Amino acid sequence: MEVSRDMAEKILEVDDLKINFNTYNGSVQAIRDVSFDLYKGETLAIVGESGSGKSVTTRSLMGLLAKNARVEKGSITFKGEEIIGKSETQMQKIRGSEIAMIFQDPMTSLDPTMKIGQQIAEPLIKHQHYSKKKAWDKALEMMKLVGIPNASAHINDYPHQFSGGMRQRIVIAIALIDNPEILIADEPTTALDVTIQAQILHLMKDIQEQSGSSIIFITHDLGVVAGMADRVAVMYAGEIIEIGKVDEVFNFPQHPYTWGLLNSMPTTKTERGKLEVIPGTPPDLLNPPVGDAFAARNHYAIAADEKVKPPFFKLSQTHYAATWLLDERAPEVEPPLEVQKRWARFQAEHPEADRSKAVAVENAAVLGNGGGK
Amino acid sequence: MFKYIIKRLAIIVLTLVLIISATFFLMKLMPGSPLANAERLSASQQKMIEAQYGLDKPVIVQYVTYLWDALHFDFGVSFQFANQEVSTLVAQRLGPSAQLGLQALVFGLIAGTGLGAAAAVRRNTKTDTFLSVLAVLGISIPSFVFAALLQYWIGLKLGWLPIAGWKGFAATVLPTIALGMSPLATSARFIRTEMVDVLGSDYIELARAKGLSKNEIIWKHALRNSLIPLVTLIGPMAVNLLTGSIVVENIFSIPGIGSQFVDSILTNDYQIIMGTTIVYSMMLMVVLLLTDILYGIIDPRIRLAE
Repeated sequence: MEVSRDMAEKILEVDDLKINFNTYNGSVQAIRDVSFDLYKGETLAIVGESGSGKSVTTRSLMGLLAKNARVEKGSITFKGEEIIGKSETQMQKIRGSEIAMIFQDPMTSLDPTMKIGQQIAEPLIKHQHYSKKKAWDKALEMMKLVGIPNASAHINDYPHQFSGGMRQRIVIAIALIDNPEILIADEPTTALDVTIQAQILHLMKDIQEQSGSSIIFITHDLGVVAGMADRVAVMYAGEIIEIGKVDEVFNFPQHPYTWGLLNSMPTTKTERGKLEVIPGTPPDLLNPPVGDAFAARNHYAIAADEKVKPPFFKLSQTHYAATWLLDERAPEVEPPLEVQKRWARFQAEHPEADRSKAVAVENAAVLGNGGGK
Repeated sequence: MFKYIIKRLAIIVLTLVLIISATFFLMKLMPGSPLANAERLSASQQKMIEAQYGLDKPVIVQYVTYLWDALHFDFGVSFQFANQEVSTLVAQRLGPSAQLGLQALVFGLIAGTGLGAAAAVRRNTKTDTFLSVLAVLGISIPSFVFAALLQYWIGLKLGWLPIAGWKGFAATVLPTIALGMSPLATSARFIRTEMVDVLGSDYIELARAKGLSKNEIIWKHALRNSLIPLVTLIGPMAVNLLTGSIVVENIFSIPGIGSQFVDSILTNDYQIIMGTTIVYSMMLMVVLLLTDILYGIIDPRIRLAE
């Protein structure tokens, strides 16, 4: 579903968020100056490898951070209201009602000792103060909506009586029963097998079209992103390093890390036994590097990457990438062949796309305040 | 479910026969004779008395006779207490013991669960440490020490509750606490460990994401899931209470089955030994059956197939 950014209403704005975790070894800087926004009805995918801060970012939206986490600075504005600093009771009113979440592993995210009817009905009883009868009626409706066959016969069943795919449908029903405005899906299909994955993704798309809620979709599966999302944010070492429309990030990627990700995605043309990898491991966030965090693993890295953190370079109204390669002083580099092909295809369709015209902008510009086209 | 219970009851009867057999033959191996002052009796007098109780017959005949009678709920008469029926003797003493044991078990389980849950919710705080120390003390200090302390402080110094005896509910409070300390401490430690685990699980995270408050999460989701492994412990706890109550009953002068049992062993009162053993085993097996049923009630995953 294509959403025009001017028409759509912005419902969430994360601005310059910085979150540290206090551990015995010191302060782990899990989220470092993350900014993004979310519009009504759109799907924003956040991709990145484990530990890049995807989950922490979304947990902070719900106020579900671990006890040792501290928001150092930044703001999260939901429907014009600041979320950071809200009390636990105030957050409880938002959770499960206005912002809901789907978890990764359906096998463990349902209470094994409670009937699923009650588990689905719980948010309504809590937030709308429905009677049990009324809430269960709605729960049954939700079960039908998420495609549980013969729902009325199964409303009294327990989680262990369902398969993984069915359980994830139940988890989705729980998340959606109170019509949330934002649905956070934290790798909702990672624990499912491929055929079930497709069904679940299809279901989420369907429901989004009916309800018009916005989805933040966390994943490390780029294939899923292409099918699900309107926009993508690529995270690395606690920072967003590239953000844009799916088409822009997939076909006109600018950050070498995004290149690496796309290049390591096997295609039908990939030779047998030849899988591209990004060498090395992510940096230690106890002492994050000063410059571009990806520099150590990046063979396109230039001297500036080691010393100064790159600003965002604006490629289009919606597309930003934080890499020194877009600076006018940077040398010309040849991205991997696969990426070059993508560029060629993209530029054929969008003649206006031009790397050399990218200009450095403030972090906050990513929030899409730049006016419309 | 009905079929299952019938099957379990059949197994209980079978187990009882085995227990009766084992106890019967082992008991016959004990030194001494049921005759209180055998040395003063002439050989013919002894023979006469033995014949009266059927003790002159071969052991195997005695065994078969006992089993046959037991099958008809005839447990014989006591040797030491002026030929009173064993069933009457045991029944008189059983009431206080069963009440005390049950009260201690219920008190221990409920208080232990509460304290364990409180410690888990406030884990790694001073409350947690305090409760953990309390639990270790509760497990390591024997019940008779608690009994004596409670008698002295609450009974004698403060005068709030009766020191001993078995009249009215007030008199049962101190022995219940003394006896219940061990199940309390055990279940508190168990619940704490389990609840810490449960609180870290995905479905608790989901419950938080639903917007439930801390209390709602604990009462509706965490507690029930933490109780599952505790059910396993109820069986062994019940055994400990049955055997452990003997000392506490003595300290509080409770007319329970424990002291009678010890007396009967010392005097080779075979019939009472057998009768009490049967009652103890019955109680234990019923507790085990109830625990298995309780499992199914608490955890739907192990609910017995219909």
